[in-house]
This record gives sequence, C-alpha cells and structure tokens, in this order.
Amino acid sequence: MLKLFKRKKSVVAQGGDTESLQVEVASQWKLMWWKFRKHKLAMMSGVIVIILYLMAIFCEFFAPRSGFTNNSKYALVPPQAIHLLMDGKVGLYVFGYTYTRDPVSLQRIWVLDKATIIPVGLFVRGEPYKLWGLIPGDIHLIGARNTEDPFFLFGADRIGRDVFSRVIFSARISLTVGLVGVALSFILGILVGGISGLIGGTLDNIIQRIIEILISIPTLPFWLALAAMVPINWSPLRTYFMISMILTLLSWMGLARVVRSKFLAMRNEDFVLAAQLDGCNNMRLITRHMLPSFMSHIIASVTLSIPGMIIGETALSFLGLGLRPPAVSWGVMLQDCQKIVAIANIPWLLAPAGAVFITVLAMNFLGDGLRDAADPYQS
Amino acid sequence: MGKKDKTMRKYLLRRFLTMILTVFFISIITFIIIQLPPGDYVTNIINRMVSQGASSPSPEDVALLRKIYGLNDPMPVQYMKWIEKIIFQGKFGYSFTYQKDAIEIITARLPASFVLSLSSFMFVWIISLPIGIYSAVKKYSVGDYVVNFIGFVGLAIPSFLLALVCLYVSYKYFGVAAIGLFSKEFQNAPWSVARVIDLLKHLWIPMIIVGISGTAGLIRTLRANLLDELNKPYVDTARAKGLPEARLLWKYPVRHALNPFISTLGWMLPGLISGEVIVAIVLNLPTSGPILYNALASQDMYVAAGFLLLLSTLTVIGTFISDILLALLDPRIRFQ
Repeated sequence: MLKLFKRKKSVVAQGGDTESLQVEVASQWKLMWWKFRKHKLAMMSGVIVIILYLMAIFCEFFAPRSGFTNNSKYALVPPQAIHLLMDGKVGLYVFGYTYTRDPVSLQRIWVLDKATIIPVGLFVRGEPYKLWGLIPGDIHLIGARNTEDPFFLFGADRIGRDVFSRVIFSARISLTVGLVGVALSFILGILVGGISGLIGGTLDNIIQRIIEILISIPTLPFWLALAAMVPINWSPLRTYFMISMILTLLSWMGLARVVRSKFLAMRNEDFVLAAQLDGCNNMRLITRHMLPSFMSHIIASVTLSIPGMIIGETALSFLGLGLRPPAVSWGVMLQDCQKIVAIANIPWLLAPAGAVFITVLAMNFLGDGLRDAADPYQS
Repeated sequence: MGKKDKTMRKYLLRRFLTMILTVFFISIITFIIIQLPPGDYVTNIINRMVSQGASSPSPEDVALLRKIYGLNDPMPVQYMKWIEKIIFQGKFGYSFTYQKDAIEIITARLPASFVLSLSSFMFVWIISLPIGIYSAVKKYSVGDYVVNFIGFVGLAIPSFLLALVCLYVSYKYFGVAAIGLFSKEFQNAPWSVARVIDLLKHLWIPMIIVGISGTAGLIRTLRANLLDELNKPYVDTARAKGLPEARLLWKYPVRHALNPFISTLGWMLPGLISGEVIVAIVLNLPTSGPILYNALASQDMYVAAGFLLLLSTLTVIGTFISDILLALLDPRIRFQ
C-alpha cells in the first residue's frame, strides 16, 4: 500500500498520465468493469440479458395480454408483421385476418387481410392485470389501440392464446429456474469446494473422487428419471423448486472444483496467513478474506452455468416431465411442437425455441466477457 | 523399458478400480431411483391384475407375494439381489409393459444408441480437428471469425431444438420428415448391404445434431490450446532452422495441443449420450431414448433402471478408454 502511494506521488510529481494513475488506485470491481466494457459483444449481451430479465419481472406490462386469455375465435391465426407507415405518415399498424374454409376438412384457413388495418400503439390501455398479483394496472407496452382487435405478433396457438404474450410470460419461469438452480449450486459448490480446499488431506481426496464420479454420469437420462418421479399432483410452485433442485443435483460439481482450486491456491498466500495470525476464525477468514478475492471468478462461472439449467428445464418440460400446464415456460410451450404435423403447419409455435436460443447465446457471451474481465491484471 | 511398463500398469490398475467404483456408485443411484415411485413391485402387479378384472387379493396373499419377491428384506439385501441377477444371470428384472425381461428390450435398442453415439463422436473429431487447426493458424482471419461465430451458435442451440428445426425444414422443403433410422421397407428387414446403406442415409442427420455442440466446444478448446503452443519459443526456433511450416505445425504444436483434446473426448461423452437420448425422442429413432422415456413415463422401473445403468456404464468405459489413450500419448499423466 505504501509502495503504491509512493508511486502515485511520484507520478503526480512528474505530471504523469492520469490513466495509469487511475489504474493504480482503482478497486478490483472498477478494473473489472473497465475491462468488461472493452468487450463489445459481452456488453451487448449484458444489455440483452438485462432486458430479458426486466421482461420476466414485468411480463404483465410487456405482454400485450395475459398469457392465459384465450380467444377461440382466433385459434391458430398466423403471425402479423408490424408496419410502420400509415397513409404516408408514421404510425404503427398490423393487418387484420380473414379466413376461407378448406373444402375437404372444413377447417379455417387464415390469411392476413390487407384491407383491414388495425392501429397499434405503445403504452396503450388494454386488458387489466395485477402486477405480481398485487398492483392493478392496464397499461401495456404495445397492443392494438382497440382492445377487441386481434393482435398476434407471433400468431396464436390452438385455443387462440397469443404466442407472443405467452413467450414473455414464460420468461418468468424459464429465466428464474436457472437462477434458483445456480443459487443452489453456488451454495453447494462453495460449501463442498471450500471444505475440500481448506481442509485437504483424505477428506479432499474423497470429495474429489465423488465429484469425478458425478461428473462422468450422463446428466439427461438421470434428469429424466428424477423428473419423472415428481408426483403429477404437486402444485406448480413445488414442482418448480423440485425441478430446480434436480437440475442442481448433477451440475454443482464444476463450481465446487473451481472453488477448491482457488482455495488451494490461496491457502499459502501471505494475506491469509496474516489474517490467521491476527486470530481470525475460519468462518471470518473465508467470508471476509478469501471469498471476496475470487468472487469475480465465481460470478463468471455461475453466469456460464445458467444456460445449461435453462436448457435443462426446457428439455424436461418439453418432454412433459418438467413443469406442466397451467404453468407456462418455454419448454411447456414447446410441448405443442412434439408432433411433426404441428410443426409443419403451425411453425410459429416454435417461437419459444428462438427465445431459448437468444437467451442462451446472450448468457454465453456475457459469461465469456465476465470471465475475461474477472482477471483484470491479465492482458 | 521395464520401469515404464510398471508405471503404466499401475496407472491402468488405478484407473480400472476407479471405473469399477464409479459403476458401483451409479448402480446404487439407479437402484434408489427405482425405489422412488410410490408403491412397489407387488402393488404394481395387483393394480394391473385388478385393472384387468381380477378381484382384489386378500391382505394375506399380498403379504405372501411380498415375501416371495423379497420385498420385506432390508434395502441393501434387495440391492444385492438385483445387482447379483444382473451380473450373474444378465437379468434386469421383469418389464410390465413388454411382458418380458428388461434385458431383451435393452439389447434390442442399445446397439443403435451405441452406433449413433460412436458416429457422432467420429463426426466431432473429424470435423473439429482440421477446423480447430485452421482457426488457430489463421487467427483473426475472416474464416476464423466465421468459425468462432458458428461455434458460439452451435453451443447455444440445445440439440433437441435443433432436431425440431431440422424436422420442420426437412418436412417443409423436402417433403419427408427426418424421422427414424430406416426407410419403411427396411424397418424390419434382415441385415443386408442395402439396409446398411439405408441406415447411413438416415444416420447423418441425428449424427450431426447430436455432435454439433461437442464440435463447437472442441474447436474452441483446440484453438485455444494451439494458440498457446504456437506462441512458445520452440516454434520460433524450429521456424528459424527452416522447418517447413506444415511439418512444423503437425509435428510439434498440434501433437501437444491434442493432449487436452483427447481428455475432452472423455468429458464430452456424457454430453453425447445425453444428446443422443433427447434427440432420439424428438426424431423417434429406434435407440434407447424413446424407450427410456416411455419406461419412465409408465414407471416401468426395471427397464428404466437397465437403460440408466448401461448408458452410464457405456459413458464410464468411454472415459476410461480416453484416459488410457491419454496416458499412452503423454507419459507424465501416469505419474500424477
């Protein structure tokens, strides 16, 4: 510290450049932020991830209507595209629908009707809702100006629910399953990894062997097996936590390994010895001195393990072994796509797949950027 | 020479013991999973008989049945009986759905799983080796960026979603759904050259789908490893001595970068098997995936347990082989 101070003084005396001066005195988090900022793709992904989570938190506001209202009059209508210009002026609108009947099956065949124009607005009053079941409201980010008009950006499903709204509502479950799962593996990883790395010896050996065994298990078959054991009559909330736990059960090992290697590397550092000599107990030593110094690494690994959980939940729910309707997640929505005929005729039901893809891609880029930034001293 | 053999043998023995231990551990987990669903074997039999019109058996009969099937024994004893039958008689337990021993269903499906996983494995290796080397040697070129981008996308698409998209594309634009491993006329035909060709015609789609994320991951690993190697002074030395670029590349850095490459293959196996299971469910392939899924859904526990056990064992053996290859390639590993 003194050395740093002296150097700072000498730089000031020489009238040295302020940038290197800043680097000398910046905190670890500031250094990380500076490095992270340079990673354009990760920055962009970070913004996307934030928007996604905002959508999950305020889905009632972001979605044009609730993900559950069905309007059977408009079952299976195709997606509408938003047009920007109305009669030469700027104004949002979509085309309405009209249908013909298939002469053989007598099914409705929907087409966009270029004659009917449905004006669309931002921050429109629409279907009333209760935000988080508490705060009443009726303002939606986007929607048809007349609530009665059909407005289906991603089309409608079999019973006339708006796919776009459902994709947004699903984010609440799909995005948080990963968070809950990661929080659990975080606790488990730090606990097991910490014990393993700090105590060492035989215990460390045993824990490492167990981790090796768990890692060599193919996750999906066991996820399927465990998820299939969750009773069908459980409430959605209980199922939700159970699924997160199942996802955690076979994915905390990577984190535990990272934590252990960090503890091992740090055990012999001077500042740890100093803290021990000062009479710190183990708990304080870990939480106050050791954890903060590799927190950044852990955050990066945690971010990188969220996508796996999101994919896991989607896969389980898609197969009907995870969450079940009325709960709505991307995987639950994709259940409608299990039949080849459905995919061929109603491809817009694949929309949640796009949502999963964007989320996972953004999270991967973000995690990559964080991992690079976690080591601010490495160029 | 003798000393080298000795360390190698010691290493082999240790790895082999770990493998046995792992399989043992997995068998315990599997057994616990069989016990999880409510009700046991006997309640299952009774439910089935009642649903077929039989009258409910008396409590004494139920107790007798329990005793016959050894359900009153403590858990460890039941486990021992189960595993003993598997090891010494090759019997995995009776399947309610199929009315025969689970092993028959498993042996009918597992080979296809094995073929699919193995071919995905080869696909991953064959594709990622040249691309990884290219990407490292031509660092920051257009090609490198393209590869990087595709790699990221490949990692981000879950294999079953890719399978769904493939289904859609194949149905919409080629008029045939990419379902199954055989055409209709070859479905139940005996093995012949024509049938193998037919299999190969169908195999490539699931092979690519299952392998794509592994390929993306491996290209990234290989690129990073090779970049580290290429910066080392010995490369400069070799270049200064006038070694042709191609020979230099293949003889030293690539060989070195291959080490983690092979160990990753072991790590990748669980992922490949997982991918195989779910892709097979989506594409309705005659591999273990759909059967495992149905068995779990209908709680046909002995079939499910058999598949879980054998799929995991397959993975563990694969990892074992890759570790041995690694030890053969790099003597340092044996001493760790």
